[in-house]
Amino acid sequence: MRFAVLVEVSLREGIADPQGATIERALPALGFHGVSGVRVGKALRFEVEGADEATARAEVEEMCARFLTNPVIEDATISLRESASV
Amino acid sequence: MTVGVVLFPGSNCEHDVVEAVRLVGGEAEIVWHGDPKLGDVDAVVIPGGFAHGDYLRPGAIARFSPIMGAVADFAAAGGPVVGICNGFQVLTEAGLLPGALQKNRGLKFLCKTAELRVETTNSVLTAEASVGDVLRIPINHFEGNYTCPPETLAALQSEDRIVLRYLDNPNGSVDDIAGICNEGRNVVGLMPHPERATGDLLGSTDGLVLLRSVLAAAAAAPA
Repeated sequence: MRFAVLVEVSLREGIADPQGATIERALPALGFHGVSGVRVGKALRFEVEGADEATARAEVEEMCARFLTNPVIEDATISLRESASV
Repeated sequence: MTVGVVLFPGSNCEHDVVEAVRLVGGEAEIVWHGDPKLGDVDAVVIPGGFAHGDYLRPGAIARFSPIMGAVADFAAAGGPVVGICNGFQVLTEAGLLPGALQKNRGLKFLCKTAELRVETTNSVLTAEASVGDVLRIPINHFEGNYTCPPETLAALQSEDRIVLRYLDNPNGSVDDIAGICNEGRNVVGLMPHPERATGDLLGSTDGLVLLRSVLAAAAAAPA
């Protein structure tokens, strides 16, 4: 089976996010008030082959732990869905 | 004493390090990242730059370069290893040093001279200096904001593993950290560039004592 994967990488809770803080400070100047908790991260999209969803997810988790994130400062949220057949 | 200077695609300070090592009387040779062996070297420097374009994260891809297995073995055997700037980032990603380097607090790329205080002489980078020495050494980075979990910071502090601190913290690093060492004190990472503080024409000669320390450690290290 093929799965479409979205990995959202974000800074771990408690790790300062200077980009998020700067964006948050800039928003009121543009007239957007009441925004808080801005955090900047990155998203990776790819497809992966796996026997089933659990297997594919386990493989993506290992990718995240070993390569796609730096666990010292980053967390990953993984979303998988079966790809439409090509 | 021969210092191996690791060259990744995207490194850009390797020749500066080679010149600086020669200036203090050492030999230096460039080692290609794709080579799985270090060859006959007595110390290793991972220089600054943008190894593998800093894609994904600084150091994230470099840590998987074939040479890094040899660097880890060399470090485990007690050999002196120094990571400068991007080299520091590579060493943290490779797990040879704790913590991580994230974007500077002010979100500015910093390129200026920083004043650093020598906090310990018990490291391969600072053995020839004196505690309390203030060194003027350039910094040149966007991701130099050292961070680590509280328990790691406590260990670095209690084990005297903070090697250099900024007098005027430029980037938001926790506890003003500019450089740290591993438990064995033979692996050091620092964001400032000692190789760029090696002559009056460069504005400072304060990097020389650090380079001399590395050579002395290379001479003393187990072969």
